[in-house]
Amino acid sequence: MELEDLIALTEAESSQHAEIEIRVCTAAGCLSSGSRSLISALEHAVEDRGLGDRVGLREVGCMRLCCEGPLVSVNTSTSDGTRVPTLYGKVDAAQAPDIVTSVEQGRKSAEALHSIDPNGPFFAHQKSVVLEHCGIVEPERIESSIALGAYRSLHRALHDLSPAEVVEQVTRSGLRGRGGAGYPTGLKWATVAKMPPGQKYVVCNADEGDPGAFMDRSILESDPHRVLEGMAIAAHAIGANQGYIYVRGEYPIAISRLDTAIRQAKRFGLLGSGIFDSTFNFRVDLRIGAGAFVCGEETALIHSIEGLRGTPHPRPPYPAESGLWGHPTLINNVETYANIPVILREGADWFAQIGTEQSKGTKVFALAGKIRRSGLVEVPMGVPLREIVERIGGGSPEGSSVKAVQTGGPSGGCIPAELLDTPVEYESLKALGSIMGSGGMVVMDQDDDMVGVARYFMNFCMDESCGKCVPCRAGTVQMHRLLDRIERGEASHDDLVTLEDLCDLVQHASLCGLGQSAPNPVLSTLRFFRHEYESRLIEFSGPPSSAVSSDPR
Amino acid sequence: MAVKTLSVDGQLISAREGQTLLEAAREAGISIPTLCHLDGLNAVGACRLCLVEANGRLLPSCLTPVAEEMDVQTQTDRLQRYRKQIVELLFAERNHVCSVCVANGNCELQSLAMRLGVDHLRYEPQEPECEVDLSHERYGLDHNRCVLCTRCVRVCDEIEGAHTWDVAGRGTHCRVITDLHQPWGDASTCTSCGKCVMACPTGALFHRGSSVSENVHDRETLHALILAREEKQWLV
Amino acid sequence: MARLRLATVWLGGCSGCHMSFLDMDEYLIDLAEIAEVVFSPLVDSKQYPEGVDVVLVEGAVCNVEHLEMIRRVRANSRILISFGDCAVTGNVSAIRNVQGGALPVLERAYVELSDPSGGIPSPSDIVPKLLDRVLPVHAVVKVDTFLPGCPPSGPMIRTALEKVLTGEPIDLMEHHLSFGGYGRPKGSEHLPASPSSSQSHS
Repeated sequence: MELEDLIALTEAESSQHAEIEIRVCTAAGCLSSGSRSLISALEHAVEDRGLGDRVGLREVGCMRLCCEGPLVSVNTSTSDGTRVPTLYGKVDAAQAPDIVTSVEQGRKSAEALHSIDPNGPFFAHQKSVVLEHCGIVEPERIESSIALGAYRSLHRALHDLSPAEVVEQVTRSGLRGRGGAGYPTGLKWATVAKMPPGQKYVVCNADEGDPGAFMDRSILESDPHRVLEGMAIAAHAIGANQGYIYVRGEYPIAISRLDTAIRQAKRFGLLGSGIFDSTFNFRVDLRIGAGAFVCGEETALIHSIEGLRGTPHPRPPYPAESGLWGHPTLINNVETYANIPVILREGADWFAQIGTEQSKGTKVFALAGKIRRSGLVEVPMGVPLREIVERIGGGSPEGSSVKAVQTGGPSGGCIPAELLDTPVEYESLKALGSIMGSGGMVVMDQDDDMVGVARYFMNFCMDESCGKCVPCRAGTVQMHRLLDRIERGEASHDDLVTLEDLCDLVQHASLCGLGQSAPNPVLSTLRFFRHEYESRLIEFSGPPSSAVSSDPR
Repeated sequence: MAVKTLSVDGQLISAREGQTLLEAAREAGISIPTLCHLDGLNAVGACRLCLVEANGRLLPSCLTPVAEEMDVQTQTDRLQRYRKQIVELLFAERNHVCSVCVANGNCELQSLAMRLGVDHLRYEPQEPECEVDLSHERYGLDHNRCVLCTRCVRVCDEIEGAHTWDVAGRGTHCRVITDLHQPWGDASTCTSCGKCVMACPTGALFHRGSSVSENVHDRETLHALILAREEKQWLV
Repeated sequence: MARLRLATVWLGGCSGCHMSFLDMDEYLIDLAEIAEVVFSPLVDSKQYPEGVDVVLVEGAVCNVEHLEMIRRVRANSRILISFGDCAVTGNVSAIRNVQGGALPVLERAYVELSDPSGGIPSPSDIVPKLLDRVLPVHAVVKVDTFLPGCPPSGPMIRTALEKVLTGEPIDLMEHHLSFGGYGRPKGSEHLPASPSSSQSHS
């Protein structure tokens, strides 16, 4: 594989463009709402009308407006060569003939179909960097990725940039870890790169476990080559020849597409030995997680890849010094790697001018909850939460009002409606007792009970605790019980004091980030919605009714 | 061997490079409570009782190497508060009935409670259903009394080399297991050496036939064995 | 000076703590000088009186009668001492909790293990109804001082009473007093060694 080959592939791919392109989303959300049968129906409809040469059916990834799935986008070439896309939502397999009829007759949209304005507020206020090709590229065909520029940045890195220059670019871009903690990516790369030469590893953390978060899944299902390319560039920068992608087992589609992508990239010589005729070798293997949230914690993830029980160990030593099998290991999240090819293509300065002083670039959020439009959202860092919730998401549905926005999953917190003007950045969210997290964003309305929310997340942390350290293992159980009692209106003021003391212990004394952040949902709801707790407290009155025997004896 | 000078609870002490804070403090006669730590086994930093405030940060002293001019506090109110909570959490987690335990009067959890002034439990007892494994001819395992310190796992792996013990499950459902979760008596890797029983801090692992307060852990023998390995004293 | 109104209560325990109370030996005479025992299983009184200064409560809360009793005790006492391990943690009395309720426990006792196989006694006013879960005293009412031990030794009770009356906290470490332990006050090393007197490990 050489640059010429990439260009040749690109040309071959674009010459194959059909006059009419019908794209159907085959990411998990739309698949679950029936896009597989819709594709078959569309194939039949195209065949029945004999439109095989004019219409190209493409299986693409996420088109973002998940709540309207299955989504279909129709691109018709007009006489002047521009393509005007039409977007349909909630398309039923039975409506496939209507779509084909409308494109055959050259009508802009079919009446019977629910069409969506592709320039509507949901799309217009987003900025695509990581998701630039999501919903356009075909995840199962490497040619389609290459045609959109995949692996060009890797070529440039291998031929025009030294490892140190790559690290310098990443550092200058100001990119910070998208897994949630926001550690400067360039600094992390530099640390691993500075370790003495020898065996090093690159690991991609795709163990996205937060309830309500589906950004990484969408990226992997929609544009897997972007992540592989980011990892390869990282490997070149730090001197690694082996990479692992640790994907949670609950993402079978992402796993199969990654597997396909890795095999295709190997066949094209874009992974493996002597990539782009350089001396750079890079092999990527998949490792499938077995359903433990804690394995998203980097030290537990390392144990899991090594084939051990997935429990964290105290840092230092950090994985950058001693990771997989004791070798220096670079661990970044999916979205972090997905940013890398763009940074090299457009330049660090271009990237650094997006976002804010402290938080550069864009952030992908999985917007869900009590909101009109839910789905995948990418915005520049620093936009106010209100922009995402009200303009992009369209605010709450009729008859309800936004009460709070939960960010960062079980490690995050709830931001009340009156603080929606907070800019979305690592530090500002942290100041509110929440975190950026990996990008889950759940909107809550007046019917949502904040104590219940805290109890739900505590239940999650309790179930997901690995059991290694006492504060998290036993503390989460007790916090869950206290929250349960508060919710049922059987707790006293003393119980609330006990709960807050436990929050203090678990937050500061737990071994890893899972335990340390487990109290966050409680602390943040206590901070902004304390009355919901206090209004339920009763005078201490002894055992709950459940302790008294109910049977006659 | 470089010497590091650090301040522990306001007292200047010297320590050898490579020592942990726990070792250095103990050599200087400063006592830090521990539960999962056992001399000669790899530290895991799991019980969190030995947390200290080093340069303002909370760190497990069993895993933190000494550093020059470190300022360490081992007995602040906050640390004492945390330690007390941890011991109470442990008592509430399983079914510890000291008065009828084989290890009564010879138990590190019991001693810790006394030392830290735990006179009752703030937390509701979890009262889990726990099994008792009496399939081994010489030893017994009572999960009701296990604190998941994993000393048995480590002593079996690192000192005996059998790796019979491990942990299964997660969170509060964790249980120490033998082999692939077979009854202990059926665990083919077990050499019946008894090191796990010597290492156990509570009455979870015990000699069969011992009654209340009768079980002896015989930690001296274990330390002698570990020391012999470390010092290569094979010829007596 | 009016004598102190002292009471002792016996809930779900083995009465061992009360036996230990009697182990205070000749101090009982001194105690009688400063305190009047207004209610106790050791004296003939049926109704828990009002205006009690100090009460020692032995045993866990196991049945509805205990529940009523401890609430009456709390309402009428100034200082309530949770006395011994059953009162403090549930101890042996609470071992039945893992059975998951009163009924399985009764079935185990009266059906499975009885010979010949009997039946669970029918409801009557004589035997109070069991609670599904045995509770330590502080899970039901507010407790002022905890005195763990199984049982706390006589000298230990004396020391504790003296401290409670002067409002001092009880230092467990100083008295070798622990859950399951017996304890002995400082300066009484001549006493027979207790099960918990072994040195704490470090």
